Amino acid sequence: MKTITLNTENVYTKRKKSVWRELGNQKYLYYMSVPFVLWVFVFQYLPLWGWTMAFQKYRPGVSFFEQKWVGFDHFHTLFKDDHFYQVLRNTLAMSFMGLIAGFIVPVVFALLLNEVRVQAMKRFVQTVSYLPHFVSWVVAAGIVTKMLSTDGGIVNDILLGLNLIDQPIQFMAQGNLFWGIVTGSDIWKETGWNAIIYLAAISGIGPELYEAARVDGASRLRQMWHITLPGIRPTIIVLLIMSIGHLLGTGFEKQFLLGNHLVIDYSEVLDLYALNYGLAMGRYSFGTAINIFNSVISLLLLFAANGIFKRFTNESIM
Amino acid sequence: MIVVTVLTIYPFLNVLAISLNNSVDTVRGGITIWPREFTLDNYSLIFTYGSLITGFKISVLRTLIGTIAGLISGSMLAYTLARSDFQARRFISIFLAVTMYISGGLIPGFILMRDLNLIGTFAVYILPGLVSAFNVFVIRSFIDGLPYALQESAKLDGANDFTIYWRVILPLCKPALATVALFLAVGQWNSWFDTYLFNGSDEALTTLQYELMKILQSTTTSATNSQDAANMAERMSQISPESVKMAITIVVTVPILIVYPFLQKYFVKGMTLGAVKS
Repeated sequence: MKTITLNTENVYTKRKKSVWRELGNQKYLYYMSVPFVLWVFVFQYLPLWGWTMAFQKYRPGVSFFEQKWVGFDHFHTLFKDDHFYQVLRNTLAMSFMGLIAGFIVPVVFALLLNEVRVQAMKRFVQTVSYLPHFVSWVVAAGIVTKMLSTDGGIVNDILLGLNLIDQPIQFMAQGNLFWGIVTGSDIWKETGWNAIIYLAAISGIGPELYEAARVDGASRLRQMWHITLPGIRPTIIVLLIMSIGHLLGTGFEKQFLLGNHLVIDYSEVLDLYALNYGLAMGRYSFGTAINIFNSVISLLLLFAANGIFKRFTNESIM
Repeated sequence: MIVVTVLTIYPFLNVLAISLNNSVDTVRGGITIWPREFTLDNYSLIFTYGSLITGFKISVLRTLIGTIAGLISGSMLAYTLARSDFQARRFISIFLAVTMYISGGLIPGFILMRDLNLIGTFAVYILPGLVSAFNVFVIRSFIDGLPYALQESAKLDGANDFTIYWRVILPLCKPALATVALFLAVGQWNSWFDTYLFNGSDEALTTLQYELMKILQSTTTSATNSQDAANMAERMSQISPESVKMAITIVVTVPILIVYPFLQKYFVKGMTLGAVKS
């Protein structure tokens, strides 16, 4: 009995000591990581502290303790603003269109590309399909505007040539076309890139499954439906959850660059609203309230999507 | 597939053709993928624009510095997280992962930059994005795949953790580093919004993308509200002829397009690794 108690005590002190000794042993690992952790704290976590601004009547240049607290006033103003609902509608509409298109098109593209049997052709198509991803939105927006322009834009030329229209369409000047243009540009730019992961997942499916299916006389289409698609299902679901989490954070670059004052009723999204009505007018608190609304909804969507998929498919990211 | 390829490539060829076409002739329209009146004048013209030269220098600088700094910081942090015996590993991983889903937003970010006196400086291009969780996780998953025995033998030879990182891990990580370098460089080269937000009025610090944005935006807005095509064409040729705009577009785009096909096999792998792990 005695020896056993002694032993445990010994182990305990040893372990306690060894934690500190380990810390000493790992000092280089700490040197190599702690500076960056502080870095992340300053640039990623401190802005979260900035959220307090939304509950204050924030005045620049005044210390935190002297700011006047106003509770949820800014949120009340926000929710009473008719303009806010228009902006929210635009954000949700473009996000959902982007989500659905950005989810279906790359999967279809990957499936079709996988059916291309000539390797050289496959590689060439894939390399070309990445190309727009590496181009900035500034350039992409310029190109889209050019292609849709009324003088010499290829889209109008083709539509006129096919006699589908007899007047060039002023694409960039019509609000009701704006959501479609944004979604279309997004597809053009990102399909090839987003297909990378699906293609990788497809190449991980064992060839013996296809062989068995062929022996059973399944057509290419049936193989696609019964083997390829189920094979990449986990990948599809994980990516879908992640993109739902980023739904409201889909950015504003496209809208900023493709939009103009003629279509502003359809092009303004939450971030641009924060930019125009918060930053540009110096209403920092109000703008922050918009940012918070955006972030909180995003998080809720992420958890909801994760929960739903966990329940029904056993796939989740957390 | 051919349709997809054509859809992707045609706009670029069109832009290229217009940029090589005589700018007065371009106004007539109808250029497809081959210039009608070949000229290099548009290119020689844009190299006389002072703001574009400055923009080019700043863009190159931020791409170089941003990429190198990002690679060093990202790989160092990734190495510590790949060490399964590191005490703070779990905490730091979670600490980082959170930043992938929550961000303070535009305005708190702006206020922070202002409080740190970073507005109107070159540093504002480099510092905020120095540590990116996604890049760290990509490198870490790659290091995880390396045989641990390599580190162990280095340790037996008396190397400390930093030496192991610098001498053993870094040289082996080249494929992952190439991927991350591409992400960083493309991000740096293509970004324009930080310039717009922080340094828009500072002529000496604007980037190429931002200058292009200003030039493109100045005419798209005026072109859309003008109903009269002839009037529009005239106005466009005064502000900045179509061909010249397209020439700038090509200059801005080409550097990235030259690089990416060579890194293709790396980034395809990197993307897959990053997605699986995170």
